[in-house]
Amino acid sequence: MLRRSFNVLMLSAALAVGTIGAAMAQDPVRIGVSASKTGPLAGGASGVLWPNIKLWAEKVNKAGGLKVGDQMRPIEIVEYDDKSSPEEAVKNIQRLATQDQVDLIIPPYSTGLNLATAPLIAKYGYPQIVSTGNANDLDQFVKRWPNTFWLLGPAQGIADGIVGTLKDLRDAGKIGNRVAVVNVSDAFGLEMIKTGKPALKQAGFDIVYESSYPLGNQDVAPVIASAKAANPDAFVAYSYPPDSFALTEQAQLQKFNVKAFFVSVGGNLDAYGKRLGAAANGVLIMGGVNASDPVFQAYRKEHLEVTGQEADWWASPVAYASLEILQQAVEHVGSLDKEALNKEIQSGTFKTVIGDVHFDNNINNNNWTVGQWSDGVVHGVRATGNLQGAQQPVIKPVWPSN
Amino acid sequence: MNIPRNELLAVGAGLAGAAVLAFLPLVTEGFWLSVSVNIMLYAAICTAWALFSGPTHLVSLASAAFFGVGTYSVAIFIDVLPFPALVLIAVAAGALLAILVGLATLRLSGVYFVIFTLGLAELMGQIVTWVQTNFGGTIGLYIFTDLTEAHLYWMLLALTVIVFMTGWLINRSRLGLALRIIGNDEAVARHVGVDTARARIILFAVSGAFIAVAGAIMAPRYSYITPDAAFNPMTSFLVVIMALLGGTRRLWGPLVGVVPFTLVMDFISGHFPNQTAVIVGIAFLAIVYVLPDGVTGQLESLFRRRRPTDQGLLATTVEEGR
Repeated sequence: MLRRSFNVLMLSAALAVGTIGAAMAQDPVRIGVSASKTGPLAGGASGVLWPNIKLWAEKVNKAGGLKVGDQMRPIEIVEYDDKSSPEEAVKNIQRLATQDQVDLIIPPYSTGLNLATAPLIAKYGYPQIVSTGNANDLDQFVKRWPNTFWLLGPAQGIADGIVGTLKDLRDAGKIGNRVAVVNVSDAFGLEMIKTGKPALKQAGFDIVYESSYPLGNQDVAPVIASAKAANPDAFVAYSYPPDSFALTEQAQLQKFNVKAFFVSVGGNLDAYGKRLGAAANGVLIMGGVNASDPVFQAYRKEHLEVTGQEADWWASPVAYASLEILQQAVEHVGSLDKEALNKEIQSGTFKTVIGDVHFDNNINNNNWTVGQWSDGVVHGVRATGNLQGAQQPVIKPVWPSN
Repeated sequence: MNIPRNELLAVGAGLAGAAVLAFLPLVTEGFWLSVSVNIMLYAAICTAWALFSGPTHLVSLASAAFFGVGTYSVAIFIDVLPFPALVLIAVAAGALLAILVGLATLRLSGVYFVIFTLGLAELMGQIVTWVQTNFGGTIGLYIFTDLTEAHLYWMLLALTVIVFMTGWLINRSRLGLALRIIGNDEAVARHVGVDTARARIILFAVSGAFIAVAGAIMAPRYSYITPDAAFNPMTSFLVVIMALLGGTRRLWGPLVGVVPFTLVMDFISGHFPNQTAVIVGIAFLAIVYVLPDGVTGQLESLFRRRRPTDQGLLATTVEEGR
């Protein structure tokens, strides 16, 4: 699969170069990528990061290349597999910077690998626009490496998003005060519950059921049965892809009807909506997009056409936006001077598929935190900062019988 | 102590080689330094691994657990203690973990031990996650130091030298003799009065402590430590593969595996980034078929063919014991 997509990429790049012909005789801009093609992170990277790199490279080359000053230069992607390991990632960055001497770098997939490669990327001065990772206390990181940019914002905002949505629903008299909350007991789920639970309590919610389950556990029937027995108004799951699916299907099977049903990572995948069909209607998810924005709609269509796979409803457009920012920074500056690019990204405003992006002390504070499924589409219902286009969340209808 | 002349020569040559290697960061500071850090890292870990697994023939998949313990020794105390103190903490933590595990499992043998060590890294990762969520801060820990790749390289080089010296001393000691007998036939070892469990636990602790130190040295390179990264099971598998490629019968065996393995892997991932897994898989098959005893094993059998009087491993051990 990876091999095929690589061949397609090469072929399409060759075609693009061929059709544009003499106008493309310029030296290419070499852009290095080191990200996971194998190992535990490969699934996420090949769903979110690689397809967007391919889409972006093809689009730029079709349009005649990257505008550097008054030249239009084609882009050439130099890619390496980091095997999901920090050692490999560090080595790849070294290779890109000192052997291949690439002009720009697209940073790896995941928080850990981005943080592990940051000191080296900083040493060589490349801008590092992180679209697939975030962490708490980003400020101290930015202070140390001012060439890092964090598109997903700090981790704190993400767990609290659903609490805000539930509070709005309750204050509008649409749901009651009883919440069941579960989490997958790995680093992600534990981190989320740690901020999510106090936030629920502070908002005055009554936690009537609380539980965790191990990662990779597919039998979540007891979790749903116990949650149902507690008779909550809302169900919140800080979950991962396999269990986000399993929890939803069990809830439907056991007719566990709540007025607000929330799952985390995995609910944003297009496959989630496809698999559940009408049952997905009204499900709240972590993340989100502005689905009524025509720019985003066009992006989704192109993503499917070029890569053969659907963009998701949270991470894909953010990954694509990081590439658009890099491109526009080069166009604004008019050269590939790394220091000038860093300055431009720090202060400039960029038009992207997720709207206008402006970094505030290198951190993007405008992010979708909650979305809601409606007829096969996710609409963002809550965001941090001043993102436009949030829709009003609705009460979840009862599960359709199956 | 009566040390044979050829061993003294080998020690001298090793130290001289290490001294030459110490100049490497002055020559290159980019890509090849990073590759060298990786080689040095696995040279240290694989040799430490083979200290235990070589003579006892017990395959340990616990390297990732020790490595992670070392990494976390640094991550937790980096803000309050100087780096050398953290390395000592890693030594203590690695040895302690090995002793606890050893007491519980080293009376077992064969596949039970392998399975347990495989689970150990995961167990440690989960414990760290649980402790962090319930008692302290966030899951990820930042490590900010001013250590560069060159510093890491020098520290790993020093560690490798120490591992080799330790291995050499153990080989010459009563403990080394006991372990070789255990490896050849455990029943015999017990009959001649060797406390097999004790010997194994001591060696497991030495090996674990060294691997923990390697983890501690590498921690600054990560910048941000999460249980997934620190206790990555791939570390355990890579160590076993490289050590077996080299061969574990000789102290320098793993080294012979680490250097070509790292360079070949690097060549493959640099030139075939999309086919790495396939090519590596084929390479493994080739290794198993062509070099079942590892590079050193192959060299030895070539050597033996030319010199039919060689009496093999057991004969050597008996001779040394005189």
